[in-house]
Amino acid sequence: MNYVQTSPEPQLAPTPVRSPRGFGTLINGGANLLATLVLVAALEQALPHLMAWAVTHGVWQGSAGTCRHAGACWLFLREKAPFILFGIYPETQMWRPIAVVTVLAALTLWTMPRAHWTRWTLGAWGAGLMLVLVLMAGGIAGLAPVPVSSWGGLPVTLLLTVLSLALGFPLGLALALGRRSPLPLIRYGATGFVEVLRGVPVVTLLFAASFLAPLLFPETVRLENLTRALGVFTLVSAAYLCEVLRGGLQGVAHGQWESAQALGLRYRDVLLVVILPQAIRKVLPPLTSTIIVVIKNTSLVVVVGLFDLVSAGRVVLNDPAWPMPYAETYLMVALVYFVICYGVACYSRHLEKSLAESRR
Amino acid sequence: MQRSKPSRDMLRWWLPQALFALVFMAFIAVMVGMVEHNLSVRGMALDFGFLGSTARFPLSETIVPYSPSATFARALLAGLGNTVVLALVVIVLSTLLGVPLALARRSGHPLAGGVACSFIDAVRNTPLVVQLLFWYGVLTVGLPPPGKSLQPIPGIFLNDRGLYLTSFGITGTALPLLLVAVGGLVAVAVLAWRGRLHQASLVTLATVIAAAVLWVSLGLGVAPDVPHLDRYNFIGGWSFTPEFAAVVVGSVLYASGFVAEIIRAGIAAVPCGQWDACRAMGLSDRQSLRLVIVPQALRVMVPPMTSQFASILKNSTLALLVGYPDLNSVANTTMNHTGHALECVVLVAFVYLILAAAISLGMGLLERRSARWAR
Repeated sequence: MNYVQTSPEPQLAPTPVRSPRGFGTLINGGANLLATLVLVAALEQALPHLMAWAVTHGVWQGSAGTCRHAGACWLFLREKAPFILFGIYPETQMWRPIAVVTVLAALTLWTMPRAHWTRWTLGAWGAGLMLVLVLMAGGIAGLAPVPVSSWGGLPVTLLLTVLSLALGFPLGLALALGRRSPLPLIRYGATGFVEVLRGVPVVTLLFAASFLAPLLFPETVRLENLTRALGVFTLVSAAYLCEVLRGGLQGVAHGQWESAQALGLRYRDVLLVVILPQAIRKVLPPLTSTIIVVIKNTSLVVVVGLFDLVSAGRVVLNDPAWPMPYAETYLMVALVYFVICYGVACYSRHLEKSLAESRR
Repeated sequence: MQRSKPSRDMLRWWLPQALFALVFMAFIAVMVGMVEHNLSVRGMALDFGFLGSTARFPLSETIVPYSPSATFARALLAGLGNTVVLALVVIVLSTLLGVPLALARRSGHPLAGGVACSFIDAVRNTPLVVQLLFWYGVLTVGLPPPGKSLQPIPGIFLNDRGLYLTSFGITGTALPLLLVAVGGLVAVAVLAWRGRLHQASLVTLATVIAAAVLWVSLGLGVAPDVPHLDRYNFIGGWSFTPEFAAVVVGSVLYASGFVAEIIRAGIAAVPCGQWDACRAMGLSDRQSLRLVIVPQALRVMVPPMTSQFASILKNSTLALLVGYPDLNSVANTTMNHTGHALECVVLVAFVYLILAAAISLGMGLLERRSARWAR
């Protein structure tokens, strides 16, 4: 028996790395060439139709009749954009929802640079939200009161998003701490709450809220449709945020707790100053996708008859004077959501990069 | 002095829990009292008996046989059937579409990558509600009447009444073939489940050969059933209502964007060194993908896939918007007809929780099995 290898092991040549980048990949290799040809053929078929619909035969001016037997009816959007964006808010008061959207956008833009992450910014958000609610509702400072049932469009979408995130975050943090608690009763309670909220569809919860609210509260309490929806979205956002924050808390080494306590910090300071900043940094990507989920979820209020962007678009289409330009309308609504959600996603990517650099 | 420490620990252990239990029970008691009071004001009581009475409302399409003379329980069951079918169809199709999308985005082919990337960004960053309404508009308002149906591929017809596909029937006595096919399929499934992939592939080959031999010896043939225009509408073949088609198309496109990103992240999670090591060992690209990269990527993909499939299930409730009768919308109708809101909500929430649990159980099983295949 021969245990000693006498001949050298045959050397396999390493496979050559062949992955040209850039435009060379369009034609190198059979599969790539085929993909290019198929895609070019498909685009060549589709693009002219799309161009004809959107541009050549698109209607930009004229009257409702011009849109029949023509391409895209952009005129419709021009006429109906105020309604889609701001709903049935009284026309004379239209500056108020516009101001609300401006205030929220300005606050968001102001908060973006990391240098602005201070207590003052948090205070500004609090004050801004109060201002926004006063602007929408009126009734004081000489503003005509506008009932909640007349709110609509983009302000409702933005308010639902911002308020449900703002109210849901502390609740989500409490739930995350509860799920990590060493006390079994609290842990089971938090776990059950979160799992039920995550397992049941939001649409079902919205229906449940609108059907059950009269049963769960005394007759004297009449909850607005918007309040009920906000309650549901707050609980759902809390459940989603809980899971994200729990992941982040798990990622912070236990030694951080111990050393912070050894320094004599109180529990609150340990959590807010030491642990939470590290935890949030770890879960930025899932945190952003949760925020995007919350923004998109607000569109579900269409099922309980609330007047957000989507419902407004849906209502506007029922105008019999126009030939139902649903594609244009929904494209516009989708574009508004896309700008917001894609903006959030891009910002998070930028933030991740800058945080990774500053850690070094 | 010695005893004070453990008793303080005991206090810190029991006091919060006792407080929590107290608050929780008080909350429940107040809720129950409130519901009882409000129900008695309305002259109603908690009672699931309504499930046995006649529903008297039609459902536009059901998998489970249903008629308005059936009970509410039957109606809810029909809704559940629709929900399950819809969720399964969307899960399968979006996974099938997600794989090529992910590969195209990773490919480095500028055109394919660009198309995949813009598609994924577009569907992920707009609400499913808007997408569903858009597709429903396209499939009802945008399409021609049956007389001028579109025919994108021969045998597939598209008009404002729905989607019609050519179905294929087998002529002749096909029973032996059916038995062989089912038997082979079961054997392959069992072997694959046990992790004996080699034997499974041998059985697959044997089944295909046996089926081919049977096909020729029994003299079987294929009879396509092409949909054709009757007086008002197409008959024959497989037909799908615009509602079902819209909710499937919208949900599949939406979910495939998320599935593609999960797959891409799974492949990206495998360290580059693994590719380098494969190349150094002389494995071909295909071999390294099959033997090294995919098994590791699968393990990363299973947890996010599980929650993606759960959210597909939850998103199926949006079928309501286009008028496809899923469980949630049937329950909604039932609440409106009977007024038994609390019972319906509890029932439906419970069913969705069970379905979600079933998904995560199934994916957990798959995860453990795939760990065995990867070995």
